[in-house]
Amino acid sequence: MVENNRWGNLLAHIILIFGVAIVIFPVYVAIIASTHPSGTFLRGVMPLLPGPNALENYKTVILEGRSRAGTPPISGMLWNSFVMAMAITIGKLSISLLSAFAIVYFRFPFRIFFFWVIFLTLMLPIEVRILPTFQVVADLGMLNSFAGLSIPLIASATATFLFRQFFMTVPEELMEAARVDGAGPMKFFKDILMPLSITNIAALFVIMFIYGWNQYLWPLLITTDPEYYTIVMGIQRMVTGGDSEPLWHLVMATVVLAALPPILVILFMQRLFVKGLTETEK
Amino acid sequence: MASITMDNLHKVYTGGVRAVTGINLDIADGEMIVLVGPSGCGKSTLLRMVAGLETISEGTLHIGERVVNNLEPADRDIAMVFQNYALYPHMTVFNNLAYGLKNRGFSKAEIDRRVRDAAEMLEIGAFLDRKPRQLSGGQRQRVAMGRALVREPAAFLFDEPLSNLDAKLRVQMRVEIRQLQKRLATTSLYVTHDQLEALTMADRLVVLNGGQIEQVGTPMDVYSRPATTFVAGFIGSPAMNMLPADYLRSTQASDNLAHLPQAADLIGIRPEDLALETPGDGDLSLTGKLLLLEPAGAESHLHLKFDGLHENMIIRLPHVPSVIEGQALSFTVRRDNLHPFDGATGKRVS
Amino acid sequence: MQTKRMTFSSKWLPYALLAPQVIITVIFFIWPASQALYQSVLRQDIFGLRTEFVGLDNFVRLLNDPLYLNSLNVTFWFSVGTTFLSMSVALLFAVMVNRMIRSRDTYTTFLVWPYAVAPAIAGVLWWFIFNPSIGIMPYMLKGFGYDWNHRSSSTDAMILVIIAAAWKQISYNFLFFLAGLQSIPQSLIEAAAIDGASRMKRFWTIVFPLLSPITFFLMVVNVVYAMFDTFGVIHATTEGGPAQATNILVYKVYRDGFVNLNLGSSAAQSVILMGIVIILTVIQFRYIERRVNY
Repeated sequence: MVENNRWGNLLAHIILIFGVAIVIFPVYVAIIASTHPSGTFLRGVMPLLPGPNALENYKTVILEGRSRAGTPPISGMLWNSFVMAMAITIGKLSISLLSAFAIVYFRFPFRIFFFWVIFLTLMLPIEVRILPTFQVVADLGMLNSFAGLSIPLIASATATFLFRQFFMTVPEELMEAARVDGAGPMKFFKDILMPLSITNIAALFVIMFIYGWNQYLWPLLITTDPEYYTIVMGIQRMVTGGDSEPLWHLVMATVVLAALPPILVILFMQRLFVKGLTETEK
Repeated sequence: MASITMDNLHKVYTGGVRAVTGINLDIADGEMIVLVGPSGCGKSTLLRMVAGLETISEGTLHIGERVVNNLEPADRDIAMVFQNYALYPHMTVFNNLAYGLKNRGFSKAEIDRRVRDAAEMLEIGAFLDRKPRQLSGGQRQRVAMGRALVREPAAFLFDEPLSNLDAKLRVQMRVEIRQLQKRLATTSLYVTHDQLEALTMADRLVVLNGGQIEQVGTPMDVYSRPATTFVAGFIGSPAMNMLPADYLRSTQASDNLAHLPQAADLIGIRPEDLALETPGDGDLSLTGKLLLLEPAGAESHLHLKFDGLHENMIIRLPHVPSVIEGQALSFTVRRDNLHPFDGATGKRVS
Repeated sequence: MQTKRMTFSSKWLPYALLAPQVIITVIFFIWPASQALYQSVLRQDIFGLRTEFVGLDNFVRLLNDPLYLNSLNVTFWFSVGTTFLSMSVALLFAVMVNRMIRSRDTYTTFLVWPYAVAPAIAGVLWWFIFNPSIGIMPYMLKGFGYDWNHRSSSTDAMILVIIAAAWKQISYNFLFFLAGLQSIPQSLIEAAAIDGASRMKRFWTIVFPLLSPITFFLMVVNVVYAMFDTFGVIHATTEGGPAQATNILVYKVYRDGFVNLNLGSSAAQSVILMGIVIILTVIQFRYIERRVNY
C-alpha cells in the first residue's frame, strides 16, 4: 500500500463530508418542510430548521389527502405502491427464474429464438411504445387494476440473464448427483437450484422492488381512478393539481413518505443491493 | 448386489465424435473394476454411460438381470461418487445423505437408521449437522462416499474421487475405499487416470485408450504382461523402456535372444529389471553413460545414454549407488524380463 | 449459446417454463412495438375517421419539424449534462472513498441511497430547492447577483432538470467506480510510485486508463438513463417548458400521443426512439463481451 499522507486524507474527508451534505440536502429540506405549517411558505425563504407541525401534516396526508385537488389520502396510495412493487418484483423473479432454468437446463427446438425474444424486451422500454401498449392494456380491460399496473412490467431480460449466468456457474455434478438421487427437473429446481440462488434472488428482489415502487409513467397512463393511484405519481398530482402554489408542507410530507420505503430497503440491505446492482448490469 | 455386463457399447456425440467404441466387459458381482487411461480415453464417458448420465449410442448394458439402456440414473440402482463430490452446499451432511432416500420415499426411521449407520462406518457422525463448506477435503470425500453407501445400491460408480485431495490424504482414502468396498462386497466401477491407484485398488483393471479397451486383467497380469506398448508405457512408473530389437541383436549374444519371436521388433524392459551386477548365464548386458542420478531415498532413478540408441533409458535401483555422472555403467537384465512387441501393431507377440 | 453439458429431457416442460415470460413479452412488448411500427406509416384525419397509408411521410415531417429538432437538441444537451455531471461527481467521491479504510462503508452508506429515490421525486425535491419565490438556491444566488427563474429562463430550467437527474444517478456511478477502483491491483500503483509518479500523475496515467472500461460502460448506461428514465423528472417539474426548453424526446412522445393525440407522429417518434435504444443496447452488449475477457 502506498501510504496516504495525512493532509491528503483530511482533504478527502472534507470533500466527502461536503459531498455527503449536498447529496443529503434535498431530503433534509423535504423533511424540514414537512414539519412546518402552510404559512411558513407564503413569505421569505424556505425553512432550514424543524417546525412544530410534523404530526399534523403527516396525519393530514395519510388520512385525509387533499380533496380539493382530487388526491385521496396517501395511505391508500402507499398501499397501492406496495402492492404494485411486490407484484412486479415477485412476478419478475418467478418468470425469470423459470425461463433461465428452461434455457440452461434443457435443450429444445427454438431455444435460441426464445432467448432472443426475451432479449428484445431490453430494447423496448415502455417509453418507446407508450401508446400501443396503453392500447393493448385498454383492450384487455386492464386499466385501473393491479393486474394492469404490474403484469405488463414483469417481463425482464436482465433478471433472466442474471439467473442464466448464475445457473451456468452451478457445478454440473450437482444436477447429476440429484438425478442419481432420483430428483426430476422440477424437484431439482425446487430442492437444489432455488436454495442455491437465494442470495441472487434476494439481491434482485431489492433492485426490483425499488424499480417497481418508483414506476411513474406507467401508473400515470393507466390509472384514472384515484383508487389506484400510486404514491410516486400521486405527488405529481399534488404538485400540479391546483392552480396556486403547491401546499409545500403537505407535498413534502408525501415526498418523504414516498421516498422512505425504498430508501429503507437500500439502507437495511445495502450488501444485497450492491450485489444486485453490480451483477445485473454487467 | 449385481453383475454389470457391457455388450459392444458405443458412444457417438452429436457432431460425430466417437468417445467410446465397442466396449465388451463383464463385471462380476462384488468385483472392483478400475478403468484407467489418459485424459480423453473415454473412461469417464463409459462410467457416465453406466450411470445413465450419458445416453448409450449403441450396444446393451445390463445391471444385474435388467437391460438399463433407457433407464434414468435414479432407476438403475447405482450410486455415484463425483470428482468434486457434488455435495449439495445448502444442505447439512445429514440431508445430503438423506436426499436420495427421501426422494425414494423411505420412512423417516429407515432414513435415520441408514444415515447413522453410514456415518458411523465413515466416522462422520460428528459432522451430520454441518454444511459441506465447514468440512475439510477428506471429510467431504467421506460424505460423498456416505451418500453412495446409504442407498445400498447394486453398484458403486467412482469418478476420479481422489483427484481433488492432497497426496497424503489420497493414499489414506484409497486404503479406506478399498477396505470398505471389500467389506461390503459391492460391485464397483472406479475411474482414475492414476496408474498407481489403479494397480493398488483393482480386482481387475481395464486400460482404455482412444475409446477402446487395450487390456483387461488383474493388476499383476497387466503389469507383468502388458498386452500392448500403450499399456506397457502407461502402467508402471517410471515407464517401461522401449528399444529396437535390432539394437539388442547387434549387441547381445544371439542365444540370449533366441526365445524372442521373429515378429518382435520392439523390446520393452522395466526400469527395475536392470541391475548393476555382473551378468550371469543367460543374462543380457548393456553398457551406457550415466547422464543423471536421481536419488529418491530408498531407491534411485538413473538416466543413461546408450551408444547407438536415440532414446535415453531409465533404470530403477532399490538403493542409491555410489556412481558419478558421466561414468560408463554396465547393467544386466534377465532374458525372461524382455517384453516383445510388434512395433507396427503395438501388440505383444509371444 | 451454452446449456449444461447434460440436460433434462422433456418435450413440453421447457416450453411451459418459458411460456409466462414469452407470452408477456409478446403481448406487452412485441405486439405494441410492431403496432408502433405499423402506425408510423399511417395518418389519421383530425376526426379519427379515416386512416391512410403515408409511407415515410410521418418521419419526413418529423425531421422537418422545428419542435422535434429542438427536442433532439434538448435531449442531447440534457443527456450530456446529466452524464457528465453525475459521472464526474461520482468519480471524485469514489476516488476519495477508496482512500479510506475504516470510514469507507460509512461514506458508502451515505452516498448510495439516492438510488432509491424515484426520478419524479428527485425532480420535485430540486424543484422545491430552486423554487424562485421560496427556494434556498435562488435566495443564495441572488446574493451573487443572479436572478434565478426556471419558469422563464430556458437555461435555468435545463440546469434544474440536469441537477435533479444527475443527483439521483450519482449513487449508481459511485458504486461502479468504487468497484472498479478496488479491482485495480495495488501493485500497479506501487510500481508507478517507485517509478516516481506523483499522486495526481498516478491517477491520470494509471488509475484512470484502467477505469476506462467502466467509464465507457457507465457512459452508455447514463445516456440510456437520461434519455429514457427521466420522464418523471420532467413531467413532475418543468413539463417540458419553458418554451420547449426541457422537452426531451420521451416527454414529447408522451405529449404528442396522449395529450395532442397525434397518433402517426407519436408512433414515428416511438420508432426513432426504438432505433436509439437498439443502438445503445448493441453498444452496451458488444462492450460487455469484451469486458468478460478483460
